[in-house]
Amino acid sequence: MTQGPPVPAAVRVGGWGWRYSGRAAWAVRDLTLSIEPGERVLLLGASGAGKSTVLAGLAGVLGGDDDGETEGALAVAERPPAEARGTAGLLLQDPDAQVILARVGDDIAFACENLGVPREEIWPRVRAALDAVGLDVPLDHPTAQLSGGQKQRLALAGLLAMRPGLLLLDEPTANLDPAGVREVRDAVASALDASGATLVVVEHRVAVWRDLVDRVIVLAADGGVLADGHPDTVLADASSTLRAAGVWLPDETVPEAEPVAPGAALLTARELAFGRGPAVARRRRRASRRTPSGVALPERVSLDLAEGSALALTGRNGAGKSTLALTLGGLLPVLGGTLRAEQALAGDAGPSPESWRSRELLTRIGSVFQNPEHQLVASRVRDELAAGPRALGLDEAEIAGRVDELLERLALSSVADANPFTLSGGQKRRLSVGTALATRPRLLVLDEPTFGQDANTWRGMVRTIAELRAAGHAIVTATHDAEFVAAIGAVTLELGAGREVAA
Amino acid sequence: MLEPVRTGPLATLNPVAKLGAALIVTVVLLVSIDPVSAAVALALELVLVAFSGIPLRTLVVRTAPIWIAAPLAGLTTALYGRASGTVYLQWWAVEVSDGSLQLGLATMLRILAIGLPAVLLFITIDPTDLADGLAQLLHLPARFVLGGLAGLRLVGLFAEDWRALTLARRARGIAESGAVRRMLGQSFALFVLSIRRGSKLATAMEARGFGSPTPRTWARPSVFRGRDWAALGIAALVGAVAITVAVVVGSWNVLGR
Amino acid sequence: MHATITPSATRPARVLRWRVVDIVVASVVAVAAGVVFWVWGQVQNPISGPVSAVLPGFQGLLNGPWLFAGVLTALIVRKPGAALYGELVAAIVYALIGTQWGFATLLSGVVQGLGAEIVFAIFLYANWKLVPAILAGAGAGLAESILDLLYWYPGAKPEFAAVYAITTTVSGALVAGLLSWLLVRALARTGALSRFAAGREATGRV
Repeated sequence: MTQGPPVPAAVRVGGWGWRYSGRAAWAVRDLTLSIEPGERVLLLGASGAGKSTVLAGLAGVLGGDDDGETEGALAVAERPPAEARGTAGLLLQDPDAQVILARVGDDIAFACENLGVPREEIWPRVRAALDAVGLDVPLDHPTAQLSGGQKQRLALAGLLAMRPGLLLLDEPTANLDPAGVREVRDAVASALDASGATLVVVEHRVAVWRDLVDRVIVLAADGGVLADGHPDTVLADASSTLRAAGVWLPDETVPEAEPVAPGAALLTARELAFGRGPAVARRRRRASRRTPSGVALPERVSLDLAEGSALALTGRNGAGKSTLALTLGGLLPVLGGTLRAEQALAGDAGPSPESWRSRELLTRIGSVFQNPEHQLVASRVRDELAAGPRALGLDEAEIAGRVDELLERLALSSVADANPFTLSGGQKRRLSVGTALATRPRLLVLDEPTFGQDANTWRGMVRTIAELRAAGHAIVTATHDAEFVAAIGAVTLELGAGREVAA
Repeated sequence: MLEPVRTGPLATLNPVAKLGAALIVTVVLLVSIDPVSAAVALALELVLVAFSGIPLRTLVVRTAPIWIAAPLAGLTTALYGRASGTVYLQWWAVEVSDGSLQLGLATMLRILAIGLPAVLLFITIDPTDLADGLAQLLHLPARFVLGGLAGLRLVGLFAEDWRALTLARRARGIAESGAVRRMLGQSFALFVLSIRRGSKLATAMEARGFGSPTPRTWARPSVFRGRDWAALGIAALVGAVAITVAVVVGSWNVLGR
Repeated sequence: MHATITPSATRPARVLRWRVVDIVVASVVAVAAGVVFWVWGQVQNPISGPVSAVLPGFQGLLNGPWLFAGVLTALIVRKPGAALYGELVAAIVYALIGTQWGFATLLSGVVQGLGAEIVFAIFLYANWKLVPAILAGAGAGLAESILDLLYWYPGAKPEFAAVYAITTTVSGALVAGLLSWLLVRALARTGALSRFAAGREATGRV
């Protein structure tokens, strides 16, 4: 229990290791390092190096004998982490999975209640924490109505109410848009300035935290510390290792995209109105259909997509990028204006994508969702890739050929027989792109393809898109990532501003 | 669907009191199977409903299932209930008689009399307040109550996930294959997503000190006020009147005997 | 309620105290089951009328889905009280969505949960394989049929009661027992249950 201002905590790790139950390999082995109170550390390393495990261990949430076995010593503020609950605050990556109660004030007060803070002290702490993260909402505001960045700040406020001496951040901005990233970073900076707590942050994007930290530690994949020191030194010396590990170094240059000459027209929209309507789950081939129910966003969009072109839908949160992407993909109904598939795209299926059968959609428009897990339908990676071709009724030899080619191309051969849910984030993302490509659609729609991706997967995505464009496919992507837009050479359509801007 | 109704005097009652009131009425009416006690209770409840301040539309929508299910159950009992007195119709297993008709009527009224107040009370309960009440007033273990509440909140995300899963099936080309198979597949995917989110939520809760041996304090006090005792009193009164009238009329029986 | 059995070289320690992840995931599963209850409730209403008209007592066959919450929760979490907790929370969710059975839903939940719980208790909370799962489903079915005959069909004839009890028990054994067991295995293969023994058994040491 912490009364009064937080006391910055020291971290001592001595030959520490952890193995999850049910795994053969140790997640972390023989790690030794020491962090002084008030230090701010950026923890880097390849996936699988155990960074998340180290943070979870310091927070004391790894569990007991049931969950795994440990060796060596781990101490936060001179005590084992399990006894120091409340001294260390852990912020995780997924904003939705950290909202505990339905009202903002209650959610922040939760941590205080758990630590046995007397009631008179709880609500003042709640208000102070809310101010510290710059979240300007009333205490009874429903948490479900917060944006991603707001939810992360709410979670941070919940931790700050504990008055922790050690702040642990596990990829806190990976799933946020640029505005959210800035908000969270600023909130952390002001909280640290106010309390002087120790900081350990794990993140791919070094640029975000570089100016805030005074020490960088790089973990090796097989256990132990690879590099440890001042940010400038470490980033310069270990840059090749870091790049190989997928870390975004601050001064990376983004390669320019090759220009591609556009081919036949594929999809045109004129004064298209879109919004959250009922999902188009069954095909409709009625000549005169009722106006579909659904609230259209005020914006009207006009665009032309041709073979080999790339279009990026940008705009602030809530402007409707995902909704427009889903509408262009034939998954949400058109609420006004026209959306017309030209001959080169539609073939013999009719000009309106929302009226196509889902099987017809497979070979014409492929959609890749923001959360790859929503699209998983099979129990093996191989079957996942084969699901589309199988639905088309192709023969087995053809299916096997396509699957093998995609496994090779997307570097998924090693996990071909694994359950898709067990793949890593980057692998799932590649798999979901692969499943869309398996049926060779002319148009590919991608919703936030670079969210939470490390630099390697990001570059892979850029390469794949360049190949697709050269082969005559068209790409539409809804994205926050300005560098990605530049790297694929896309024309930008900014929602909320209503103008088409040439890249 | 799960959003509680916040208007009207019912919303200001302590959730534990509402639970208690529903329990009292249920227990009283479960004991006897006769149309009189159920009818009296139902009549009194309908009077109270008029004072509940719940909008008519919400009322109709939420209680609609009861109005459908109760007659159905009554019909089943009328057709297959224990026969006594004059038999009106006999065909295979069906046997409609005086006794079974009366039992059918009693069953229907009973379900209405028990279900109606329960629905109205439950739809005004805010889950967080309920958790506070259960833990502070009834001293149920806090870990279970709050863990359950946290799990309940994830339901709000189910609808969004379900929509995304439906759209994804169309994008994957399998939206037209067997509806049952698709539903089962989607339900399974929903289960997987929810369990994973639940595991992450558990870690987040532990990261905020949940589950540690330190005794817990409560930011929102749950108190039992005069009006809560009054609610319990009214429920007891309804029950008492129903029993009294039934006994006086002579149709009170214990479990059908 | 804390009991640790010192592990032998190969068998992992069996802890009977609920961890936080046990409570939260049990709640999530039970809540999802509550939603499934609501869906099944919509479906069952129109069907059970005709079924009961033609084959009295056989509507018990439709009762299986009401019973799976407890068995499923227990098979995943493997702790004492899991079956009771699962059915009870699912019933609470179902009641909160605003249904017709009211408080009786909670009573049903408790009774059904106890029916499964008792079976798992008989196996000393150590055996979570197929046979206890099926028996637990049957136990829940039997318990529910007794409650239903008292509440819904109090004036029923003995033949009706017997048929109803038997069909409910069979439905429980198949839907609540067998299907839950299969579902847990499928869930384990996705890696979603990696923090539970149920998940680790299915995948082995990876």
